[in-house]
Amino acid sequence: MKLSIARRKLAPVAVVGAAALVLGACGSDPDDGSDNSDDGDTTSEEEGSDDGDDTAEEDDTEAAGDDGEEMAGDLSGSLNGAGASSQEAAVQAWIAGFQSQYPDVTVNYAPEGSGAGREQFTSGAVPFAGTDAALDEEEMSAAEAECGAPAVNLPLYIDPIAVPYNLPGVDSLQLGPDTLAGIFNEEITEWNDPAIAEDNPDAELPDTQITPVHRSDESGTTENFVEYLAAASPDVWTHEVSGDWPSDLSGEAGAQTPGVLQAVDAAEGTIGYTSAAAAGDRTTAAIGVGDEFVEYSAEAAAAVVENSPLVEGRADNDLALELARDTTESGNYPIVLVSYTVVCTAYADEATGNLVKEFASYVASDEGQQAAADAAGSAPISPEMQTQVQTVLDSIEVG
Amino acid sequence: MTVTTSTPHESSTLTHDQLHRYVPVGLFVAAGALGAALSAVIGFSLPMFVVLTVVIFAIVLPIVSGVVEGRRKAIDRFVTVLVYMAFVIALVPLVSVIWSVIGNGLSAFSADFLTTSMRNVTGLEDQQTAQEGAPLIGGAYHALMGTLLITALAAAISVPIGLMTSIYLVEYGRGRLARAITFFVDVMTGIPSIVAGLFAAALFAVLFGVGTRNGFAGAVALSVLMIPVVVRSSEEMLRIVPNELREAAYALGVPKWRMILRVVIPTAISGIASGVTLAIARVVGETAPLIVTAGFTSSINTNPFSDWMMSLPAYVYSLAMRPLSGSEPQPSLDRAWAAALTLVIIVMLLNLIARLIAKAFAPKTGR
Amino acid sequence: MTTTTNTPPDQERRPRGQRSSVRPGDRNFSFAARAAGVIILIVLAGVAVFLVSEALPAFQADSSEIEGGEGFLSYVWPLVFGTLAAALIALIVATPLALGIALFISHYAPRRMSQWLGYVVDLLAAIPSVVYGLWGIQWLAPNVQGAWVWLADNLGFIPFFEGPASATGRTMMTAGLVLAVMILPIITAVSREVFLQTPKLHEEAALALGATRWEMIRMSVIPFGRPGIIGGIMLGLGRALGETMAVAMVLSTGGFTWSLISSGNNTIAAEIALDFPESSGLKTNTLIAAGLVLFVITLGVNMLARWVVSRRKEFSGAN
Repeated sequence: MKLSIARRKLAPVAVVGAAALVLGACGSDPDDGSDNSDDGDTTSEEEGSDDGDDTAEEDDTEAAGDDGEEMAGDLSGSLNGAGASSQEAAVQAWIAGFQSQYPDVTVNYAPEGSGAGREQFTSGAVPFAGTDAALDEEEMSAAEAECGAPAVNLPLYIDPIAVPYNLPGVDSLQLGPDTLAGIFNEEITEWNDPAIAEDNPDAELPDTQITPVHRSDESGTTENFVEYLAAASPDVWTHEVSGDWPSDLSGEAGAQTPGVLQAVDAAEGTIGYTSAAAAGDRTTAAIGVGDEFVEYSAEAAAAVVENSPLVEGRADNDLALELARDTTESGNYPIVLVSYTVVCTAYADEATGNLVKEFASYVASDEGQQAAADAAGSAPISPEMQTQVQTVLDSIEVG
Repeated sequence: MTVTTSTPHESSTLTHDQLHRYVPVGLFVAAGALGAALSAVIGFSLPMFVVLTVVIFAIVLPIVSGVVEGRRKAIDRFVTVLVYMAFVIALVPLVSVIWSVIGNGLSAFSADFLTTSMRNVTGLEDQQTAQEGAPLIGGAYHALMGTLLITALAAAISVPIGLMTSIYLVEYGRGRLARAITFFVDVMTGIPSIVAGLFAAALFAVLFGVGTRNGFAGAVALSVLMIPVVVRSSEEMLRIVPNELREAAYALGVPKWRMILRVVIPTAISGIASGVTLAIARVVGETAPLIVTAGFTSSINTNPFSDWMMSLPAYVYSLAMRPLSGSEPQPSLDRAWAAALTLVIIVMLLNLIARLIAKAFAPKTGR
Repeated sequence: MTTTTNTPPDQERRPRGQRSSVRPGDRNFSFAARAAGVIILIVLAGVAVFLVSEALPAFQADSSEIEGGEGFLSYVWPLVFGTLAAALIALIVATPLALGIALFISHYAPRRMSQWLGYVVDLLAAIPSVVYGLWGIQWLAPNVQGAWVWLADNLGFIPFFEGPASATGRTMMTAGLVLAVMILPIITAVSREVFLQTPKLHEEAALALGATRWEMIRMSVIPFGRPGIIGGIMLGLGRALGETMAVAMVLSTGGFTWSLISSGNNTIAAEIALDFPESSGLKTNTLIAAGLVLFVITLGVNMLARWVVSRRKEFSGAN
């Protein structure tokens, strides 16, 4: 009797449960028509790849690895990477492009942050990682021990950092390195300061208070921005270079890129720094390089990366860059964030090795770089850099 | 508003005068008029008008009541106004939160959203959606499945352990072990969620090899966060079961374990169910521990014991903070809000189920 | 020191004879209950070992290597201040409101309405903190910014309200308010359940003696529910202390300042959430050590609450 009451009252529970089961059976991947030849049925393949987690068994991928690009459809399995959140949007574009070429492949990327990415790569938890800073010596040796061969840093993502400001009536703003450092150092506190006026002879500057906005989280964007200030204006910017904004400076802070943009939009007189792709149609400052002022652009950002020397004292095939922050060369935009993809030069596991090799090759290819530029607004790497990266990738030993 | 019967103006030694039932209403209208007048003097704004009206009413009604009905009634009326006021004040932010979730969430919420994953969706599609009005593609199916499976697993781990522990603490516990458990459950409520995630990640690295991430690891991390909430809330609920009930059961010769199962738990079941719902609600929105343990993917995975799994909060966080397309964040934001709405709906359904279970098993009481 | 026994005294009163002949069902059940408790201890021991071993390098490191360059203590105390300030603001705002709503639902509102309301309140506990964060930035901060300016103008002589008020409204007070809204449903849900469990006879007895509704609540409902209320407040406080994303998103973080209405300050949990992903090496250890400090704070608060409840346990229903 008691049971029957329970049964009657629990009937709606069963209905909800049944609804959940129905939902469980009918999900699928989106059919985005344009570049995904395979659609609809990917769910079953997904589940298939879950069961066959141990993809090391598949022998035919070895042969495919040799003839490079001409092997569409032969790869399968899943590949996991982790690291910098700065390149997340670009990585998603690469993953999408790569997965459309190889429908049986699933690539995942956990945007946990550069530090987490490097740590997991050096401990062997993920076969590739994204990071805003190249591995340091200690990490290189840890990675070498884990890979069985040296690891390499590949600069595959270039993101110019824009300086958006909110000052109605001032449509274009030019800031030299010392002025920019002075503003973020809170030494220049009003928009009609003589230093700003000197950089902008034509602009009508109001006497609004300057509110500099910085990232409240530790980030590669902050580190690269501060690195630029310290290199281009060493006399004004005397703070330590780190991914954390100097704690003795007050100013407004926002979490992540949207937080900074939100703060910039919220009040007049604000100025911040964000990934250029996110700046959208906000007014941004042109940065003083040598005698001219340069607006950010993909070409200008790629130019400074191309003109930057490799870090000295590293292995021959390592492509870690010493960015030329204090460049005076015309047409170079010096505030850029370069995010590396870190891979081993040898993989014991064939399936993983082939996946990493093919994925990185796709990323470095024209197609991959263009996909990231379209989707995430990054600057494609130069053809010279592409060749260098491809040489390194070809040397990866698999199996 | 609180007056029940009105026996107006009949003075005797035993009964006190009572306000006529329309007096508070009249006072409220008067307070409104006064509030409008005052705020008009200062510079009219709606919040100012509302605040003044309520404050004037809260002062005037007890005074009037104190004069007519005496001090005790006046205090009662004052508290009644306060309780209603607390309710209305609290309603403002709560309604505003719900409003923003529903208002923002509905624009991308659809059957398509619930049944497609984000596989191969990039910022390019978002730009087309925003600029050319192409339909929004990509949904939260993978994250929805991940959240349902991981949370179900976490609940399956934490509810038995948590409930049994609270039974132990209330019905059996005494001596050093019980004190230690009480103490350490309190300690557990203070574990920062990321620490729980890192702990679970480290545990799985030791047990199943470095880099093991799957839904189950996420469930273990959530359990660490969930168990103390289940224990604390069910402990409170078990403790307020009147002892008379226990004694009555003993007097009938019922064994203790049956007494607990048939008397104590059914009596407290509505509170326990509400506590479990709260515990689930507490963990269902966790982001950081899940990324560390369950990974991050845009493809569907329905096996919690192998491969990376997405979850709704990670989906919301990632799309809201790092939109797929930096220049056109709106489609990503729409998806994030829709996923938040989905999360709320899930918890709503869970809550409903918990209530139905509670109703089915709870004994009939006066309420 | 820790917590006094919470066992209902009835167990001491129970006839001794019962224990001598333990039934198998009883034995299994009590074993299962104890095992569950022991599992918790094991898990916690694991977490503790992990936490301490990861935090240790931060305590041992040379003080110049810790962020700020003056050792771990000077790094962590502003964060402790921020954590306590935000949680305290949240509690001060949320507790009276939550008790008000709980009373409204249990004793004031019409029955049908109260069920519906209880449902809505439970729902609110489920909204992910990211949403509260977004709501805090987009809705709350602009709406309360004026109030902070007013505070700075009129009460600026109090260090907590010293100007200038933040231009965007993303301050400690705002973060505290967001936290208050977040913990409101938790405290309400627990208190409501406890209020509803008040023995009907107690209430009716009070009313029969001529008590007004408030006197009835004060004499029977509140004393009966006090341990539960405190338990609910502690659950809420636990969430307020440990909340990461909402604070991280709403607060314009910065160095230490007494003022709660200008940008600055940070909480431990938000600092961990903001800095952990990009951290490496000693910074990671420092952040985990900060987590350990948060742990200790929560512990202290909970012990205090247990102590308060145990002093009042004569009102507990299990007596």
